[in-house]
Amino acid sequence: MKEGAGVRNEREFPSSSSGQGVGARLPRKEDDRLMRGRGLYVGDVRLAGLQDVAFVRSPLAHARIRGIHVPERYRGSVFTTADLVGVKPIRAVSGLPGFKVSEQPVLATGKVRQVGELVAMCLAPTRAEAEDIAASVTLDLEELPAITDMLKAREPDTALVHEHWGDNVFLETNYEVDISAALDAPIKVTREISTARQCMSPLEGRGVVATFDRRLDQLTLHSAAQMPHITRSGLAECLGIEEGQIRVISPDVGGGFGHKGILLPEEVCLSWLTMRCGHPVRWLEDRREHLVASSNCREHHYRITVYADRDGSLRGIDCEATVDSGAYSSYPFSACLEAAQVASILPGPYKMPAYRCRTFSVATNKCPILPYRGVARTGVCFALELMLDLVAAEAGIEPGEVRLRNLVRPEQMPFDNITKKHFDSGDYPEAMRRALAAIDVDAIRAKQGQGAADGRRIGVGVSIYCEQAAHGTSVYSGWGIPMVPGHEQASARLTPDGGLELRVGVHSHGQGMETTLAQVAHEILGVDVAKIRIILGDTAMTPYSTGTWGSRSMVMAGGAVATACRELGERARRIGAKLLQHEPASVVLQNGEVRGVNGSVSLKAIAHTWYRRPQDLPADVDPGGLEVTQGYKPVRDSGTFSYAAHAAVVAVNPDLGEVEILDYVIVEDGGVLVNPLVVDGQIYGGLAQGIGTALYEEMPFDASGQPLATTLADYLLPGPTEVPAARLDHMETPSPYTQFGVKGIGEGGAIAPPAAIANAVNDALRPLGVELMQSPITPHRIVEAVLAARATKRSAA
Amino acid sequence: MKPAPFAYERPRDLDAALSMLAASNGSAKIIAGGQSLGPMLNLRLVQPELIVDISGLAELKRAEVFGGELVLGALVTHADIEDGRTADVTRGAMRGVAANIAYRAVRNRGTIGGSLSHADPAADWISALAALGARVTLRSLAGARTLAIEAFIVGALESALHPGEIVEAVHVPARAPAAHWGYAKSCRKTGEFAHAIGAVLIDPAAATARVVIGAIDTAPVVMTEAAELFGGRIDADYKQRFDAGVADAVLAKAGIDDAAQRHIHVSVLKRAVLEAAA
Repeated sequence: MKEGAGVRNEREFPSSSSGQGVGARLPRKEDDRLMRGRGLYVGDVRLAGLQDVAFVRSPLAHARIRGIHVPERYRGSVFTTADLVGVKPIRAVSGLPGFKVSEQPVLATGKVRQVGELVAMCLAPTRAEAEDIAASVTLDLEELPAITDMLKAREPDTALVHEHWGDNVFLETNYEVDISAALDAPIKVTREISTARQCMSPLEGRGVVATFDRRLDQLTLHSAAQMPHITRSGLAECLGIEEGQIRVISPDVGGGFGHKGILLPEEVCLSWLTMRCGHPVRWLEDRREHLVASSNCREHHYRITVYADRDGSLRGIDCEATVDSGAYSSYPFSACLEAAQVASILPGPYKMPAYRCRTFSVATNKCPILPYRGVARTGVCFALELMLDLVAAEAGIEPGEVRLRNLVRPEQMPFDNITKKHFDSGDYPEAMRRALAAIDVDAIRAKQGQGAADGRRIGVGVSIYCEQAAHGTSVYSGWGIPMVPGHEQASARLTPDGGLELRVGVHSHGQGMETTLAQVAHEILGVDVAKIRIILGDTAMTPYSTGTWGSRSMVMAGGAVATACRELGERARRIGAKLLQHEPASVVLQNGEVRGVNGSVSLKAIAHTWYRRPQDLPADVDPGGLEVTQGYKPVRDSGTFSYAAHAAVVAVNPDLGEVEILDYVIVEDGGVLVNPLVVDGQIYGGLAQGIGTALYEEMPFDASGQPLATTLADYLLPGPTEVPAARLDHMETPSPYTQFGVKGIGEGGAIAPPAAIANAVNDALRPLGVELMQSPITPHRIVEAVLAARATKRSAA
Repeated sequence: MKPAPFAYERPRDLDAALSMLAASNGSAKIIAGGQSLGPMLNLRLVQPELIVDISGLAELKRAEVFGGELVLGALVTHADIEDGRTADVTRGAMRGVAANIAYRAVRNRGTIGGSLSHADPAADWISALAALGARVTLRSLAGARTLAIEAFIVGALESALHPGEIVEAVHVPARAPAAHWGYAKSCRKTGEFAHAIGAVLIDPAAATARVVIGAIDTAPVVMTEAAELFGGRIDADYKQRFDAGVADAVLAKAGIDDAAQRHIHVSVLKRAVLEAAA
């Protein structure tokens, strides 16, 4: 099964000679605006009569609401659930058997189930005044026991987040392929592994400006959102109005990472409010709201056993995985995306004959957990790659050797793994070999043998993952959730002056799509990239799309742009043939011109004739014109598989717990790269976030469910001095199923670093008998483990 | 994250500022660089009725040496010290501390008086200046008084300042020619508050040692006669004589129950001792 247009590598692309097509390292067009501070974000939207909203949020994790008291002078400026008549709760359901539905009232009703849950909406001319009003509202709450530990949440007689469920489990899944075949393996390693709860921390938080246009009978919602069309569908459901009555505009967006991939209760609230009060209203998420109230990510727990032969060959994995899903499932869906995916992706890029995985998506009194860059893969990679290092230690071989022994091999491609994931292409062992060579494991081993002069210990760690991207209808239909991607559409329009307008329903919030989609169009039509405008982020101006998530935009929207441009080119070619007085079959479109034996006519001249001088066209011209919308799906929609091997060298001070990353290598295969410069940026950014997961980021909660890292002084994000200058190496194995052979790579950078860094730290500290199985690896956790190991040694001696 | 409403005054001289503070009956807050108070206002952790902005008071910006002692006005910034715009009697000790406070943007605006008044246990000056044997002058309409730093800092975010009183100046004694200085801290990341600070001023010739263990949950542990950490006496071989077990016991006595935390503090202190001996 091959892509109709044929598989090509970059050297075959005709436009690459212009330096603007697929494969060109083109600086990003949008940076001219963004880097000069001339972007326009939700916070920059100014509308006449705009007023600000601040929310009263729950100070408790779990409580019954006995009363909400609003001072007399503020009645009319404060709105509670009692006011929102007819507004439905947010329901993000799944058709998976046994799934339990959470209903999230947009303003708390009856109970609050997390700190920060919206209780009342306060309106004032400025945010400061709105906050004054919010501070004057008092809540009468009856505190209930809080569920904060996802493992204890499953014990009998525990308090319930949603009473009518009978337990605290959104969903339990089981997957097994003959685990009994692995049980007699000579190597059996069992551990508990966990990753901390994190905040997604885009530079720009969420933000909403809502207004109602009486002439159009239309609500306009400006929102920092990754998927404006999905937001519109969800809003229409909650508000009970037609989708046509809603326009969602997502202007420049300062980072998404999943945080902006849901319908917010705040969006519903402000939509209702502007219709009620008749003027524009605004709410901008502040950093404290982001940290404590809106959404988190990443909190996984694994009880995992890996079986292997003496030579390190994998015999099987047996795992019980639990994800803390928080109190609610966010729309379109969040509650089980992580845990249920763990079961299908835990085997990673490895072959094995036996496998069992049981998963639990557990409700707790914390904010919802959302799929964050890398989604479940970061946790899965952490768990599996830490375990493989233990297998290597048991087998007495190098960690890199264990990987090479078990990775799927290039001659097996395409490969269906034990969970029926379809690996489209690639050479995984080669990526690992290149990473091992670049980091120079032998040199590190020699250095370790000499001992460290400064008391620090050196360690090297590797990890490898696969990133399924742009998974389509066949993958998502089984989930039974409100969002299933189908054909991605793009509109392409030649303007009368020969420019090109492209309309796509995905959005760009740092991915550089205003450049890369233009490169795709240039590849087909030869129009100068400077004359190509990408229109996105507006439901009124773009075709429907599930938006930007799952590293899908270049595969899906890129494919749609290519398809639409091909059709547009074909129409232009036929008009051009008429103008050249040739048979259509005897002319070609090349470098922005239609050429025949007697001469050529430019796309610009063709467009000018079509729009401005139709009298020059013959009567039998194709009436279709120079504006087309086309849909696209890869020839197989089970997803592209990009992958990368990461290798890290660290120095660890065992007495202070300080970790310094001395060297970092990434060997990435993202298929054909439309713009390697943009891909490098994606990888560097993902790496920074992965370092955050590995060493810094953690949102702890106390026993009453209070989030403890409430400012950026407590919630630590890596800064420029914490992110090393990584060395990047690219492989380009084309996907056989996509236009140009591209693969999605948006998330990969954030997947492997926690595993590689943890393995490096453990490698450094292994002689001390120390093993760290929890992210982030903090100074305190290191020193605690070092002291425990010393105490064990003393008592043994 | 917007502050609750407050009144704002920017007096032209110290007497006017003190009068405003006296009239406010404790409901005023002083702002200088605003590096800590700004976020606290925005988080509504403090909701003063009046903010007295002292950044226009020229008399608090002086830095002079009197009789071998350096007197720094409360408004001297960390960057002033880092860049050497103020005189130095510590042979670079203060300059080194200043250069590693937070990051440059904070150092440009943050003041030494503000840092002391805020009394954050993880801040640098309360530990460094205690080790250097510095004192502060506090002034109110009623007059002035002078306290040793270790007497001034009474707890986490708690100083000896009375309502109506302001930190006017810091007095830093000259570092003795034979005194060794060591200052070490451990931070999760560059520019972050430290989670462990060790500061030592050791004079083997005089057989004295001032040792500070900072960035604990309360006021720093200040040992003005720290011989017990070095086997009972201070001598040229103090580096070899440093007793981590005694330091650990001191921290346990100070209420730090967590062994790993104590170990990190002791390791940082050891690093400061090694630096002094280097």
